[in-house]
Amino acid sequence: MNSADHPLDSEHIGEIGRHALIPDTVDVSHRTILYLEDVTVSFDGFKALNNLSLYIDDGELRCIIGPNGAGKTTLMDVITGKTRPDTGSVFFGQTLDLTEMSEHQIARAGIGRKFQKPTVFPEHSVFENLELAMHTDKRVWYSLFAKLRGEQRDRIAEVLQTINLTAQREQRAALLSHGQKQWLEIGMLLMQNPRVLLVDEPVAGMTHQEMDHTAQLLTSLAGKHSVIVVEHDMDFVRSIARKVTVLHEGAVLAEGSMDDVQHDRRVIEVYLGE
Amino acid sequence: MKSTPAFFSSLRADRGGQIFLAILAVVALLVPLLNLMVPEANPLHLSTYTVTLLGKYLCFALLALAMDLVWGYCGILSLGHGAFFALGGYAMGMYLMRQIGDRGVYGNAQLPDFMVFLNWKELPWYWQGFDQFWFAMLMVMLVPGLLAFAFGWFAFRSRVTGVYLSIITQALTFALLLAFFRNEMGFGGNNGLTDFKDLLGYNLQSDGMRSALFFASALALALGYLVCRYIVNSKLGRVVTAVRDAESRARFVGYQVEHYKLWIFTFSAVLAGIAGALYVPQVGIINPGEFSPLNSIELVVWVAVGGRATLYGAVAGAVLVNYGKTYLTAALPDVWLFALGGLFVVVTLFLPHGIAGLLAQLRSRKKTLQPAESSP
Repeated sequence: MNSADHPLDSEHIGEIGRHALIPDTVDVSHRTILYLEDVTVSFDGFKALNNLSLYIDDGELRCIIGPNGAGKTTLMDVITGKTRPDTGSVFFGQTLDLTEMSEHQIARAGIGRKFQKPTVFPEHSVFENLELAMHTDKRVWYSLFAKLRGEQRDRIAEVLQTINLTAQREQRAALLSHGQKQWLEIGMLLMQNPRVLLVDEPVAGMTHQEMDHTAQLLTSLAGKHSVIVVEHDMDFVRSIARKVTVLHEGAVLAEGSMDDVQHDRRVIEVYLGE
Repeated sequence: MKSTPAFFSSLRADRGGQIFLAILAVVALLVPLLNLMVPEANPLHLSTYTVTLLGKYLCFALLALAMDLVWGYCGILSLGHGAFFALGGYAMGMYLMRQIGDRGVYGNAQLPDFMVFLNWKELPWYWQGFDQFWFAMLMVMLVPGLLAFAFGWFAFRSRVTGVYLSIITQALTFALLLAFFRNEMGFGGNNGLTDFKDLLGYNLQSDGMRSALFFASALALALGYLVCRYIVNSKLGRVVTAVRDAESRARFVGYQVEHYKLWIFTFSAVLAGIAGALYVPQVGIINPGEFSPLNSIELVVWVAVGGRATLYGAVAGAVLVNYGKTYLTAALPDVWLFALGGLFVVVTLFLPHGIAGLLAQLRSRKKTLQPAESSP
């Protein structure tokens, strides 16, 4: 109570100071959780991202669309630390500079990523996949002696329910159907307790029924987490989108509600070719 | 249930491991017994030569276990693991050289024969301390471990993987081979270290010592197996296999993949070093030939034949292939290398999971057949 009334008292400053040190705490005091400013990435002269600026709010569900080669996957690579930008800044909350962090640090700080092609650990059971993804101490010596606690088991059971895989709990992940693998991967993201979920083409290869379920799942996640969805399937985007960003040639072409974007002249040109 | 030590509880679901450890326990007791207690005239008597030969197999089995850990579970195909085995062996060899004392050809109590021969006046600094058994044993683990740590630190941090990593591990063992051939290195050059007399003051050639070494090898193998089983059953083991199957996923889930690889690689090297240290007093010599890349490749064949990522498969592969080697090099010396090459081809083509995989397949077939037979 007290520190909220007096934001500059010593206790509060201590909090702010620690934000930069503790990876788990993301400072979203300005409501924005991801800042990308003037980001440029070039591969052999080809500009995959060209002065791109993008802001994601805390708890927002954002869809990113764009033709092939627009830079969607590169954008994800930059956020998760796989690719370093040539210029520009990428911040997670107010304090965490993502361009200075490695992949595992970014993941531990709370950014989860689902790949375009579903990637799970094929030789492990569904349960073990979730266990491995779980938010916990992930250093070597800890892992050697780690034991699952009761509440951790409960959490896994809860996520199994959410992704509809309770019955497949002991099955090897390699044996799951394509759609189930997509869900398992989303489940693994959830186990990480991320602040931001980057979801690359979540409904590729899914039946309509599975697609509906995924749409429900992703919209229910927004609010608690910020969700960024990259998707080609326009019907799916329409069914979940609140705000859409259109990428073209490595930069933001348009941003707004699905309706606005659909009637934007430039977007129509890019998508339909004049 | 909860009070059972983690070591043993991890064995509960490991049928192959239970069988293997039971066999090992019987062999470990029976072999020394048949050698020491049964008179030579008795047909049941086991010659000391056989005891030593079996002890050698057990050392190889321990080495195969180390290989299975990095290759089978972590997917790092090291083609230089023989180097860690040889380094452990050299550390033991240095202790055994110092045990000779003044009984060498030149009768120099301070210097091993080859140093006197090279006209060296005093013991080089890196030979200091090797007259102490505990120090030598520490080095048996520390030297391979540190080399693996330094090597892995650079290789894994630079994200060298797959074939490239295999090639540089091969280069590592080859470089050591060339280095140890040089007399100036101070490890006996071409001839290596040999003419050992005693271990802890007991005559190395005596039957009792041979049986003791055999028993120690069996014990080390059993303990090594239990520790490896604990590791692969732990969460660390699951992370390591996850790295093998989907490295970037593991990274994006938040694991620092390099640290896991480094840990398992270093541990495996220490295990290989221990195997080497048990091997040397039994065969009575260690020379640079042990660094030969061919040895490391043979080691890969053992594990492939036995079956990767099962642990007991690696043990079975090491014993079987080496038994075949002993038999063939005596009976048909020209055939051995062809047999080894052929074996690798056959296993790669027809038995990708090795003998252990074949057994598992047969068992699951029997299981699926049985209910069908019982129902009318």
